[in-house]
Amino acid sequence: MSGARTLAAGLAAALLVVALAWAVPWLRFVLTVATAKGIAVLGILLLLRAGQVSFGHAMYLAIAAYTAAFLAPRIPDAALLLPVAVGLSAAVGLVVGLFVMRYRDIFFGMLNLALSMVFYSLLEKLYSITHGTDGIRLPPLTFAGATLSVEAQSWAVLLSALVLALVAGAAVRVYWSSPLGEALAGIKTREQRLDFLGVPPRLVLLAAYVISAALAGIGGFILAMATRQVTPALAYWTTSGELVFIAVLGGAGSVFGAFLGAAAYELTRVYAAAFVADAWQMILGSVLLLVILFAPGGIWGIGQRLLGRRAAGPGAAATAGEGGP
Amino acid sequence: MAWLSDNAFLLGLATLDGLSSAAAIFMVAVGLNLVFGVLRVLNVAHGSLYAIGAYSAASLGLFAAARGLPAWASLPLLVVAAALVGLVLGPPIERLLRRTQDQEPVLQLLVTFALFMILEDAQKLIWGVRPVVSDAPVKLMGTVDVPIGGDVIPFNAYQLFLLPGVALLTLAALVYGLRRTLFGRMLVAVTTDREAARALGIDAARITLVTFTIGAALAALGGALASPTTSLVPGIGAQTIVLSFAVVATAGLGQVEGAALTSLLIGLGRSFAVYLEPELEVVVPYLIMVAVLLVRPQGMFGVLETRRI
Amino acid sequence: MSVLLSARGLRLAFGGVKAADGIDLDVHEGEFLAIIGPNGAGKTTFINMATGYLKPQGGSIAFRGRPILGLPPRRLVGMGIGRSFQLPQLFAEHTVLQNVAIAIASRDGIWSAVAPLMRGPVRREAGEWLERFGLSSVAETRADALNEGARKLADIAMAVALRPALVLMDEPTSGVAAADKMAIVETLVRVLRDAGVTAVFVEHDMDVVARFADRVAVWSQGRIAALGPPETVLADPEVRRNVIGTVLDGVAHAAA
Repeated sequence: MSGARTLAAGLAAALLVVALAWAVPWLRFVLTVATAKGIAVLGILLLLRAGQVSFGHAMYLAIAAYTAAFLAPRIPDAALLLPVAVGLSAAVGLVVGLFVMRYRDIFFGMLNLALSMVFYSLLEKLYSITHGTDGIRLPPLTFAGATLSVEAQSWAVLLSALVLALVAGAAVRVYWSSPLGEALAGIKTREQRLDFLGVPPRLVLLAAYVISAALAGIGGFILAMATRQVTPALAYWTTSGELVFIAVLGGAGSVFGAFLGAAAYELTRVYAAAFVADAWQMILGSVLLLVILFAPGGIWGIGQRLLGRRAAGPGAAATAGEGGP
Repeated sequence: MAWLSDNAFLLGLATLDGLSSAAAIFMVAVGLNLVFGVLRVLNVAHGSLYAIGAYSAASLGLFAAARGLPAWASLPLLVVAAALVGLVLGPPIERLLRRTQDQEPVLQLLVTFALFMILEDAQKLIWGVRPVVSDAPVKLMGTVDVPIGGDVIPFNAYQLFLLPGVALLTLAALVYGLRRTLFGRMLVAVTTDREAARALGIDAARITLVTFTIGAALAALGGALASPTTSLVPGIGAQTIVLSFAVVATAGLGQVEGAALTSLLIGLGRSFAVYLEPELEVVVPYLIMVAVLLVRPQGMFGVLETRRI
Repeated sequence: MSVLLSARGLRLAFGGVKAADGIDLDVHEGEFLAIIGPNGAGKTTFINMATGYLKPQGGSIAFRGRPILGLPPRRLVGMGIGRSFQLPQLFAEHTVLQNVAIAIASRDGIWSAVAPLMRGPVRREAGEWLERFGLSSVAETRADALNEGARKLADIAMAVALRPALVLMDEPTSGVAAADKMAIVETLVRVLRDAGVTAVFVEHDMDVVARFADRVAVWSQGRIAALGPPETVLADPEVRRNVIGTVLDGVAHAAA
């Protein structure tokens, strides 16, 4: 898809979300959460592009969320608080990134997991600062100076989430086709060649890692605003696993897939939580297995195949005709 | 020095505790290592095998006690439980992982992660979320008075002798098996170069299956042996896989003796933290790992591989 | 002619095997230097040492008079040393055009995350390189779908697109069908001459060596056994018996 058409499709999708949230009020919260997670999943997609998977990105989600909760009393405006929270996520991403960049594959994934587990236990154990598993309640924020009612606030959070999602999605797509983005994809297939082209692969990956931490931070910030309560569960490995799950479910390699996957995931969860609370992870795991084994392109891939088949129908016939005797 | 003698009691307890937890970690980490050797994927679900081994052993122990089996039977039952878990769960998991071997490494990793999620909930469905306790073997073996400083600590004979003893036996058996037996030599060949090994007529598929089953049984045995010393709660699988990964990464991939030493280091580090700075307990293994990896990215005993180009 | 690359007393052993046992070699600006010798003589090891992939255990190596021992490949690329590989090192999921474009972007500065790679001057230049290498027909083919000959050429095109002063090529024609070999080498030599690149290449085909090399270095057990113009070196009975014979044997075995 060309840039303009993609942007139009993105805008249309955002409008659809707004319409749905207006028509079905209880969907507003679900869609906000899905959008937030979709943005964080974009970060996972960046790393997947380099063939790497992080089982610890919930840490960056939680860093931004906790920053928001800690600083909200002092910086009560969302527009000011967002850059601070996301900046802190990115800064921690830079420091951690300098260390984990030396590793690939399982080491990369598990080191991220280990560090996020450390962060999680700190959140849980340092009760005097973090209130442990109870977490911290976020006071209502102002939006660009305006104090809003509870109802208006939830709309404001959803709309900011959508705007951020559009901006982040567009930025990721631009990044993907840029020299740096193509070099990132090169890490997956032939990292060593980059060295012989004069490019340090670790720095290429580090750049992506910092951006992915920032994207997770944006997601975490929105989640904090939407739920108004931050708890250590945000940093737990299951949250990290969720992000990876959504990335694969939606279709690794597609910006729309990230949000489609997030929406599908959150909607299913609303129902599943009621019926199969104890077997929730089991269902997720089974779906993940099935997707990897039978539909590696995820939801987006399936959709594209269906659409592609219809669109390619006459075209394919024409080509075959040309090639025939 | 004054601090040392003041805290001798605590340090002594911590050391004894550390030894037994190191023994359990070693059993899991070394299996993880073996499996990585033949399948080239670090199996995230390996931690679940530990947890399931622990739960199965506890259930079997409680069942036996309810049926009035003699107390001494509780010890061999631990091994029976571990072997059952290895034999029942090992082969199907191995089959699944081999099926995905042509996929990208990241997807293979995710397959093991998916398995882990499934097995985590399976445990909750089977054993519930309330703590399970079955400490017959510990009671059976009684306590030993260990003199430390001026004090005498009564310590579980089970934790003092049995756990480290089994770990040492496992270590010896593995070292002997890998170096001196035909199967071991074939296993090393498959690990080093699968294609070349197959060209020599080695049945790599069978070696992989057997190795995976042994690895699974070792993880389950680690869990079974540890089960009488703690109460079992959901989440021990996650904790164990991350911990044994820390051991494997710190020691270096493919190192058997190295994994033993590192397990000891991390086991002791963790139990010292429990007694001295409880807040740090979870953090200590990772601090050790990060410190080692910063200096030696290939791990303490790992060998740097240069790729041929 | 000035000396571009100068190696003195390079030594490197893997276990007990001496892959380099006192290599002295000067590569002159503008020349095509062929390296021949049996498998295991240390030819690739020399290339690996000259491009910073392996560090010699002894000796010195200089590029344009500056010592480069111990510098990583990345730095040497920046100084003007490029290389191609015995096993082509392509980005498998990118097209051939993209592969070369990544090389060009690497040369001109990869640190842009804003403008698309495949647009404007980079795309144009990548297309030009493919034309020179005769690869235009496979420009949009994914690298992992190429035949061996095209993979080799694409691999070399990436190295040459960096505009190095010196390129070291490890068996540029191995795996290429015999019928296509001369044509490919012809193309290669023309491109390199046009670009003014000095070349060192490992080669097993004596016809190729005789036709295109300005000088030949004969490798044997980590040493240079003979060095000179092809007509004298290839005619040397000692070389013919000890080296070319084994090379031909090796080729015959590989073919069998």
